[in-house]
Amino acid sequence: MDGGVAMVVAIALVLLVVGSVLFHLLSPWYFTPIASNWSAIDDTISLTFWVTGSVFVAVNLFMAYCVVRYRHRKGSRADYEPENKKLEGWLVGLTAVGIVGMLAPGLFVYAKIVDVPKDAAVFEAVGKQWHWGFRFPGKDGVLGSVDARYVSDKNPFGMNPDDPFGRDDILIASPEVHLPLGKPVKALLRSIDVLHDFAVPQFRVKMDLVPGMVTRSWFTPTRTGKFDLLCEQLCGIGHFVMRGKVVVEEERAFQEWLSGYPTFAQSMAQVAGDAEAGKPLFAVCAACHGAQAEGNRAMNAPKLSGQGDWYLKRQLNNFKHGARGAHDKDLYGKQMAPMAATLADNAAVNNVVAYIKTLPDNPAPATLKDDTTNGRNLYATCGACHGSDGRGVQAMNAPRLSGMSDWYMVTQLKNFKQGIRGAHPNDRYGPQMASMAAILADDQATTGLVAYISTIK
Amino acid sequence: MATVVWWLVRQTINVRPWIAQRPIDNVYGDGALSLPPVKVGLGVFLAVATSLFALLISAYFMRMAGADWTTLAVPRGLWLNTAALTLSSVAMQWTRVAARRGRIDGVRIGLIAGGIFTFCFLAGQLWVWQQLNASGYFVAANPANAFFYLLTALHGLHLLGGLWVWGKTTAKVARGVEVGAVRLSVELCTVYWHYLLLVWLVLFALLLSTPPRQSSCTPDTIAICGVTK
Amino acid sequence: MSYVAHDESAFVRPAEVEEAELYHPKTFIGKYIWSQDAKVIGVQYAITAIAVGLVALVLSGIMRLQLGFPHTFSFINPSNYLQFVTMHGMIMVIYLLTALFLGGFGNYLIPLMIGARDMVFPYVNMISYWVYLFAVLLLMASFFVPGGSTGAGWTLYPPQAILEGTPGAHLGIILMLVSLAFFIIGFTMGGLNYVVTVLQARTRGMTLMRLPLTIWGIFMATILALLAFPALFVSAIMMTLDQTLGTSFFIPALVSRGEHLDYSGGSPILFQHLFWFFGHPEVYIVALPAFGIVSDLIAVHARKNIFGYRMMVWAIVAIGGLSFIVWAHHMYVSGMNPYFGFFFATTTLIIAVPTALKVYNWVLTLWRGNIHFTVPMLFAIGFIFTFVNGGLTGLFLGNVPIDLPLSKTMFVVAHFHMVMAVSPVLVVFGAIYHWYPKVTGRMLNDSIGKFHFWVTFLGTYAIYFPMHYLGFLGVPRRYYAIQNLDFIPPSAQSLNVVITIAALVVGAVQLVFLYNLVWSYFKGKPSGDNPWQATTLEWQTAHTPPTHGNFGSTLPVVYRWAYDFSVPGAETDFIPQNQPPSKKAGSTEET
Repeated sequence: MDGGVAMVVAIALVLLVVGSVLFHLLSPWYFTPIASNWSAIDDTISLTFWVTGSVFVAVNLFMAYCVVRYRHRKGSRADYEPENKKLEGWLVGLTAVGIVGMLAPGLFVYAKIVDVPKDAAVFEAVGKQWHWGFRFPGKDGVLGSVDARYVSDKNPFGMNPDDPFGRDDILIASPEVHLPLGKPVKALLRSIDVLHDFAVPQFRVKMDLVPGMVTRSWFTPTRTGKFDLLCEQLCGIGHFVMRGKVVVEEERAFQEWLSGYPTFAQSMAQVAGDAEAGKPLFAVCAACHGAQAEGNRAMNAPKLSGQGDWYLKRQLNNFKHGARGAHDKDLYGKQMAPMAATLADNAAVNNVVAYIKTLPDNPAPATLKDDTTNGRNLYATCGACHGSDGRGVQAMNAPRLSGMSDWYMVTQLKNFKQGIRGAHPNDRYGPQMASMAAILADDQATTGLVAYISTIK
Repeated sequence: MATVVWWLVRQTINVRPWIAQRPIDNVYGDGALSLPPVKVGLGVFLAVATSLFALLISAYFMRMAGADWTTLAVPRGLWLNTAALTLSSVAMQWTRVAARRGRIDGVRIGLIAGGIFTFCFLAGQLWVWQQLNASGYFVAANPANAFFYLLTALHGLHLLGGLWVWGKTTAKVARGVEVGAVRLSVELCTVYWHYLLLVWLVLFALLLSTPPRQSSCTPDTIAICGVTK
Repeated sequence: MSYVAHDESAFVRPAEVEEAELYHPKTFIGKYIWSQDAKVIGVQYAITAIAVGLVALVLSGIMRLQLGFPHTFSFINPSNYLQFVTMHGMIMVIYLLTALFLGGFGNYLIPLMIGARDMVFPYVNMISYWVYLFAVLLLMASFFVPGGSTGAGWTLYPPQAILEGTPGAHLGIILMLVSLAFFIIGFTMGGLNYVVTVLQARTRGMTLMRLPLTIWGIFMATILALLAFPALFVSAIMMTLDQTLGTSFFIPALVSRGEHLDYSGGSPILFQHLFWFFGHPEVYIVALPAFGIVSDLIAVHARKNIFGYRMMVWAIVAIGGLSFIVWAHHMYVSGMNPYFGFFFATTTLIIAVPTALKVYNWVLTLWRGNIHFTVPMLFAIGFIFTFVNGGLTGLFLGNVPIDLPLSKTMFVVAHFHMVMAVSPVLVVFGAIYHWYPKVTGRMLNDSIGKFHFWVTFLGTYAIYFPMHYLGFLGVPRRYYAIQNLDFIPPSAQSLNVVITIAALVVGAVQLVFLYNLVWSYFKGKPSGDNPWQATTLEWQTAHTPPTHGNFGSTLPVVYRWAYDFSVPGAETDFIPQNQPPSKKAGSTEET
């Protein structure tokens, strides 16, 4: 009986070894093509694969051989050999050689990784729950000083207002950053709340963002393209949707992109909207949204009053520039887009939003009668950004939900889930919500959730 | 760890374990230390406590590099408390000598004196806490304060644990047992008291010697110690 | 199976430990509930650990459902997914594996294998278990408090562990930290016992170099745990103070969700150093007992002495010592001083040498052996295969430049599950099949055991081997869902489906194992005292299961090491440790 089992065990071991090697050789799942100067990392990995792979094959095949050859047979007896110093010495020696063979090249590569070239251009990546922002030094080539205590909705980067070096810093309040091709860059990494991690799989390097200090990482992009930037250090509920994009492009395109963003001084100089000037503009809106911006379901126009002004501005601009309301299936969005286009410029947007802000904020009537139990559980996730009271948190880029039109939220959640909203490449914060809306398994979950939201006071 | 390795070397060099032989006549298992298990147990426990305090002290040093570190103004009451704890240790040592010489009266006096001085120390520590609190140095006021409260609390808890054994021993003596019945307990208490005195002296020295502000972090270094500008 | 009668001359007069000193309980409660008998305490530990481990197993099944079939189950959302991840990890590492190996196997085996009547401090030992149980209950309670259990990941990194935006940032995390503190207090009580018992309570003739490797593994792991757990204890207390009293040990000035919090200057990296100063030895706290136990399983069931016993002991000691200077290899990308990477990469790869030696010696023990394919042997072979795989992938992560692309991906998850989840658990199963007859007097069912082995061994490989390739792709760990990522091909999802199905099958088969445990307790084949014809002292007791006091009126005397298998010239292929050397026997015997 032992003979049979021995054969089965040996065959299983051999099959596992052969299968593992074949899986490795034939698998389509391997590193994504590299887009940085760190091909030495990939070489170190190949070397390690050869060394460890041979040990894996050798040890396990030898074990399979022993299993068959030295299986129990009637009358057989094991050898008696307490130890064999010579054999053990050889094995230890060979192992040590293999280890050194893997470690030494690794340390040489690492020495390059910690040694940032003097001519590397600097940019800063700022992480917060659950968004990325970026900062480039202005003409003076120096990043201004920052501190958590300066952070506010108006100054989300925490720039020191008194530091002259900071005034010309270019602030990218967007999850997408562009980098020039073929030039070494040093990323300074900073977090204003919890730990995050700056990881672009194509660049191979990654580094944590630690609140209270600045960390760094350097690389030279070697290929143009658009790459995913991921947070890879658990940072809370929204961790898996804390995404960005790194676009590598030629120097000229990069400079052009960079010039489209405001400096810190410009961002602070923005004037508030004028509600009086916005009043006549609102007349167009009132036709559907109501004179008090209270919303009108029959016209498919949601309540606007009480919504965060920053959010209304962002959405008006999205509509205006085709980032929203452009999808074929977004029937009502397509109606809104030409309306938004009637607002001539930023000032008009600011003015009309300023006027909406003056309108009375009465809770929209609840129209859903669903059971709220499951919705309450689901809302634990939503509340992480939108606030447990659902009043919205500007710092999280999360608009107000409670007291707003519930039927509208149902439509939007479905749109997000089906890729009708939030899929446009210029909709910066939409994709995050689209990923979140995907957690709603079915329509029942959606209406249950919204029904719960309309019970929050 | 070094001790463990050294001891192991002594046990294993030139031993060929596969050779069977009759055991040497030894009361304890071969290779065992000729100490009662409780003493070895205390030794192991002191190793654990040392690990605990050593880790806290390293944390103290690492936190010290933080930008907001302000040195604690060492309350003067701590000198008095240190004296009390030293006296309690001396009393315990005296008790141990008395126990060895078989003088139960000496043991009784020594234990009581040691206990009183220890209680004085603990009361003194509480008094220092209160003083600090009264002058606005709450636990969260600054990191040096937080460490002070944490270190003294843990040290105090260890002493309280010792006082429990002390209480049992003193109760036995009060019931009028023979010296032999408490000799081991007295030994253990004494070792433990000396150890906690040593820990306290190290902690106290740490509080006294902390420089006003020490930062090894230069602006462009990402140092282990933390904050960079 | 032949039964070897006790040689009367092997016992000396009751000299060392007086039987009368032992308190023999009479009532059911004294025997099985408030018991001071290390064997009962060991079983209590084991049952509690396995029960809480089942909870963690279910949690992992839920996680796999989400990863294999995202957006299908509405009861899993990003918030509770993190709670499942965290609780699964913490329960498995601390409350199952640590407690089972040291509290369970340690308690049961140490006194029996070294020839002692019991632990040296039985009362403290009893308290140890009840404190552990209390810690487990606290942890379970955290599922039911407002906000639920913590979802900070098992590493509990601040600041996010105690801030809004992480599930269970209030009561959940506090209960977790307090539970850990109690676990450590309870463990310290037990650990003192294990160390002092091994040092002081060995029977006559049981020199250190005659100890079975099981004892060496448990002994060294206990020393590591005693010295490493204070780091977790300290960080748990400090984080509790940060959470409740607003101290700033670990929390710097920060803005959470747009609100300025009243912290300043704390260092999140300080926590990580403390955590991993505990966390890395913790890997060996789990691995060393497994190393020790599997050595004995291989020797007994291959009827051959363990190859290179002295080197095996030294390797355990070396691994234990080195495990204290490798911790920051978990922190290559944490933002610590990057130059530390050189030191920690070197120490980490050095630790591979003694570890590799252990693997060689296990395989060399099989070489020229006389291998009986019992269920414990099957699990031991499964362990070697799994451990070789998991150990080799460690060489990827230990080498800094390779760690950069792979850290925080599913590769890490696959690696540590291979090396410190599946490998030790295979040993646990092997050990249970091996010692169950001693604990209950009955054999576990062999056919069920073989079925259990094959599904578990092949199934876990099917789970974790492909998972490495998700890591190569760059799939991050702790992600509720991977969606809209251009660099991940859609086919990766099919890999996830395969992994999930394998995981569910493996999880379900554990029920068969539980059934075997219960069924065999009542219906199993009676085992006799020494069914495996093993040499160590626990198989030489007069009763099976052993009674309180283990060895009856007289303690055994040890004359030889634990590995006298197939000694040339001996009548049987094994000689118990307490059998005196005979004059006519071969050259390896002397008086």
